[in-house]
Amino acid sequence: MRARLGYLGFAALVVGVIVTPFLSTHFRTYQFAFVGIYLTALLGLNILTGYTGQISLGHGAFMGMGAYVTTILVVDHGWNDLLTVPVAGVVAGAGGLAFGLPATRFAGPYLALATFAIPLSFIGVLKRFPHFTGGTLGKQLPSLHSELGLHTNPSVWMYWVSWIVALVMFVAAWLIVRGRFGRALRSVRDSEIAATASGVSTAGIKTLAFGISAFFCGIAGGLFAIAVTFVNPDTFPIDLSILLLVGIVLGGAGSLGGMVFGALFVEFIRITWGPTLLDLFSSVHHVNTRAAGSSLVVYGVVLLLVLFIAPAGAAGLARRIVTGRPAVPAWAKPGATPTEEQA
Amino acid sequence: MTGLADGSIYASLALALVLIYKATEVINFAQGEMAMFTTYIAYALYTHPHFGQTLGYWPMFFMTLVIAFVFGVGLQRVVIRPLEHASVLTVVMATIALLVILNGLAAWIWSPELKFFPSPFPTSTWVVGGVHISKQDTGTFLVTLGCVFVLWLFFRFTKLGLAMRAGAVNPGAARLLGVRTSWLLALGWGFAAVLGAVSGMMSAPAVFLSPSMMQAVLIFAFAGAILGGLESPVGAVAGGLGIGILLSMLGTYVHAVTPELRLPVALLILLVVLLVKPAGLFGRVVVRRV
Repeated sequence: MRARLGYLGFAALVVGVIVTPFLSTHFRTYQFAFVGIYLTALLGLNILTGYTGQISLGHGAFMGMGAYVTTILVVDHGWNDLLTVPVAGVVAGAGGLAFGLPATRFAGPYLALATFAIPLSFIGVLKRFPHFTGGTLGKQLPSLHSELGLHTNPSVWMYWVSWIVALVMFVAAWLIVRGRFGRALRSVRDSEIAATASGVSTAGIKTLAFGISAFFCGIAGGLFAIAVTFVNPDTFPIDLSILLLVGIVLGGAGSLGGMVFGALFVEFIRITWGPTLLDLFSSVHHVNTRAAGSSLVVYGVVLLLVLFIAPAGAAGLARRIVTGRPAVPAWAKPGATPTEEQA
Repeated sequence: MTGLADGSIYASLALALVLIYKATEVINFAQGEMAMFTTYIAYALYTHPHFGQTLGYWPMFFMTLVIAFVFGVGLQRVVIRPLEHASVLTVVMATIALLVILNGLAAWIWSPELKFFPSPFPTSTWVVGGVHISKQDTGTFLVTLGCVFVLWLFFRFTKLGLAMRAGAVNPGAARLLGVRTSWLLALGWGFAAVLGAVSGMMSAPAVFLSPSMMQAVLIFAFAGAILGGLESPVGAVAGGLGIGILLSMLGTYVHAVTPELRLPVALLILLVVLLVKPAGLFGRVVVRRV
């Protein structure tokens, strides 16, 4: 029953993806292209956070790494931009593995604070080696254009590229989390002690999950660079990493379908929904909500509200409507990360 | 001396992290932003015509510590306590939400531009045997470590301090003996906020006041806490000081390490410590029964 619902949902997603560009303006289509890019990144982060139970505040930087790989290969080495995307994924994935190897020795929340250092360090490294990365000014990519002999509008082209990649990655994520490996991931999340007792190498699984999630984010980052045609250190601030995490929680950690909603949220909170909420607020309280920082407050409040009211996110709400049962995600259940002292 | 002054700031923030960690097994991501926010409150007090401008620096300093304490306790009661029975991950997420909210609020209320923050110490130097010693760095070092020392006295010699230690070691048994552990956790948050306020007010004159000023300091403090061992308050202080001195020496003697590379270097130290000695220099090795 659940599996069939999943297939139905995926079919609905594919139909939605095919229909959307015919119903939208070019500008909207361009925005939806970013939804596809964020979906790829969220699917990856979800493998780490939703399925393995490790919080990362650094995956914006892995997107940045992918974006810089694409940019440097296209601008300085004359590669075709689509060919750089897998390379971007592999380099970011390798970076994730390299970081995960020592960092996943941490249990639970430790890892999160170590990952907090990644985006901050990443920006420092970019600025330190300007001849390679373009420094503070960044680098400019060629303007967006259709390839493969097609003559579609560049926005529509970008939309198809990002969504074909996103759907492929969706299936890849599904294959990763469904089988034996997926069970190992979930066992680490639910009880590290029980996982170890069952012969699962918790550090190894966490490192792999870290690498895989960084790979997804690297792919997303490469596409991101092609779509915005410009990268500099400020393109990938710590806010992006936090926003990705908010997207995961809001969509429903540990649910693949929920990530679609999370990606929609990440793209549209910045441009449409956030300002609308703030307008509503400012009309009541007469404060200037156009100022810097106000959008961050909105993300934070949304995250807190979700944690308090619907810890299973949008996916949990949807499941509740379909099955009539309230859903508490496994990662939010009390005792999901047992402490050493309980023995 | 600059290394020692920076190090003492990292040490106090590292100690704040360890305080909350030991009591609740939660790493408080908002620690740095709480420090930043209380420093903005100090700034507001200082620039207030009837308060800071007439009374001077030190009344403002202690007033801020009181406000920080109330602020820390309040945050714990309002945001963290309702999640008492949720998983550690949920609580960590909530502290991340706090981080974002405080950062946004500070930019919203006071604008994100850099602001000048006063230092109570003169910028002149003493010359001892041909070596210049900055009065500002010395003052920062003494004030920060003084606060840490007062806190140690409290934990070591008062009944409340004993109760807090008991609550951290074994909450269940402490509760059976009549210790109100839930309020002690709030108290722990209060002390952590006070330590944060001290580190914020001491670092703001050097790095200027801005909403993101404590993000890097938090990483340095965390690296210090890891170096010393997250379980050990003494280790946190020693580790924080060590990181400060190390970074200052590297900046002076190794030319490849420019200011931009301070954070990556701290991250590297953190990862190396994890690989070589995961329990830190002062931590005990946790043996997990499987």
